Amino acid sequence: MYADYSVEPESDFFDFHISLEKPMGVRRWVRPQVQFYVDRLTPFKPLPLDQAFPMLEWGLNWCVSTRINNQLTIHAAVVEKNGYALILPGDPGSGKSTLCAALVNSGWRLLSDELTMVSLADGRIFPLPRPVSLKNESIKVIQRFSPDAVISRISHDTSKGSVAHMRVPTEHVDRSTETAIPGWVVFPKYIAGSPLTLEPLSKGQACIRLIENSFNYSILSEKGFEAVTKVIDSSDCFDFSYSVLDDAISEFDDLAALKSGESQNAT
Amino acid sequence: MPHNAPMLVQFFRNPETVSVFKRGDWDLLLRQAQGADVLPRLSFLLREKDLLGSAPEQVMVHLDSARNLSEGYERSVKWEVNRICHALRGRDVPVILLKGAAYMLAEMPFARGRVFSDIDLLVERQKLDTAERALFLNGWLSSHLDEYDQRYYRQWMHELPPLKHMKRRSVLDVHHTILPLTASLKPDSSKLFADIVPLQDNPYIFTLSPIDMVLHSATHLFHEGEFEHGFRGLLDLDGLLRQFSAEIDDFWTVLIGRAAELDLNKPLYYALRYSHKILLTPIPSGSIEKIGDGVPKGLTAKLMDALFMRALQPYHYSCDKFGASLARWLLFVRSHYLRMPFYLLIPHLLKKAMKPKKQL
Repeated sequence: MYADYSVEPESDFFDFHISLEKPMGVRRWVRPQVQFYVDRLTPFKPLPLDQAFPMLEWGLNWCVSTRINNQLTIHAAVVEKNGYALILPGDPGSGKSTLCAALVNSGWRLLSDELTMVSLADGRIFPLPRPVSLKNESIKVIQRFSPDAVISRISHDTSKGSVAHMRVPTEHVDRSTETAIPGWVVFPKYIAGSPLTLEPLSKGQACIRLIENSFNYSILSEKGFEAVTKVIDSSDCFDFSYSVLDDAISEFDDLAALKSGESQNAT
Repeated sequence: MPHNAPMLVQFFRNPETVSVFKRGDWDLLLRQAQGADVLPRLSFLLREKDLLGSAPEQVMVHLDSARNLSEGYERSVKWEVNRICHALRGRDVPVILLKGAAYMLAEMPFARGRVFSDIDLLVERQKLDTAERALFLNGWLSSHLDEYDQRYYRQWMHELPPLKHMKRRSVLDVHHTILPLTASLKPDSSKLFADIVPLQDNPYIFTLSPIDMVLHSATHLFHEGEFEHGFRGLLDLDGLLRQFSAEIDDFWTVLIGRAAELDLNKPLYYALRYSHKILLTPIPSGSIEKIGDGVPKGLTAKLMDALFMRALQPYHYSCDKFGASLARWLLFVRSHYLRMPFYLLIPHLLKKAMKPKKQL
């Protein structure tokens, strides 16, 4: 999953000192468990050893969403095309991760499948590309949608059901310091058998719903409000429901083409 | 000791140390500060001393995050205090803010960036019912609903069971005195109330007098059972002592006299001793010796040194000296017998142990 990431043995400053270890005592051997440590403290209860990789990912998300407050963090998937970011906030079950994984395999660059990081200074989106989490049916859906995608072993019976992770394409990892301008805020909803709909959403509505999905809006208060309004000002906002992934992707490709057309006309 | 003090301790003694820092030093400093829960305070201190220029960009991410966190925190505490005033308006219940909330609302410079979990209030015992009812009507509900817990707090402790706001989840600890009723030291709380100081232009909210603030901070820290925040408590003491000794005439004599009057010689002795030993707080020589009866001597003093010099270090494994965990455990046990005599404590602990654990 992390083969393409650079290891920095020479580095001597780290954002988070984390480790995954088998706990001492009986549970090291009998129905073995795994524990997540942040600088030797344990924010969570141990999980069955089989869930070690999901635990690493959840732990990393926890570190970022609780400790990073120099940016606005929003619970949303985010991908980029032609310099513009497509932000997909969504409750669990809305299909945002599935949509995100499919977009990443269709020419969109992964910024993050879980944490949209907005710069307080200029509202640009900072990438945090890590393996994309897939749950339950969406694992098979993505395997079928892009047979070349590298998907991890499945951990069953986690608190979120069966969980697997999709590897981030190498090029996306290499571009992990390239920020993007917010282009669209889209609230997706997967509804089995439904036709595709893309309904424009007022900026006010979108603003409030983005705030509801933010981890640290209340901490950042005024600075957070300014960051949200920067995102909303530069974005087209929609409510979106879909059932067929291919249709959804081509809809977003159209949006991207429209936008780059606009920006070419403007110059 | 001064030479091998943990990096975070050295930082608070002399923040200029960061000017020669390498990246690896920042790494350790930030981890120790995170462990001791004082990262925002460190961030503010660096800014105040104009030392941020020496911090690498990656370090600034964490320093800015910590500052934003504590500013957000400050905003919400001030709002909670505003709501407390609103709840108690016109009820003739003077409310005294204690500790973190008091330092914050009184805008004491050393407490910039101090984060804390609950808001502590002090209310006269005979007005406790009125206060509790008014807070209840405004959404703060008692969190320990079990009858035994209720009785434990109301009969033996110095505070109501924690009150939690039903919507905002803020937690208030409402005290009527500064030590459990069952503790062996018996400070007379009417003396504390006699000296309270109004917070600027707010008719409902007060703080303890500066001298009593020091004594309460000391009492709280040295009766505490959990030392994860021990270092933070020591930083408070250091800050209070430095600020008030510069502002108040004859500060040390007045402080020592007041400790005797309130039966708080022992916590004051510990406070001055360890604040000076660990953070090099300037204390005029001979002052500690002037503290009256009740201070530990001989072997006891040596044992307490061994325990507190371990437990009061920042809560990070790189700061732990040999025996640190044992020291923390012994002080945890000590905090229980300080809270109640054995004839009450033993049945209480048995009762707690036998009670079925609540499902979360």
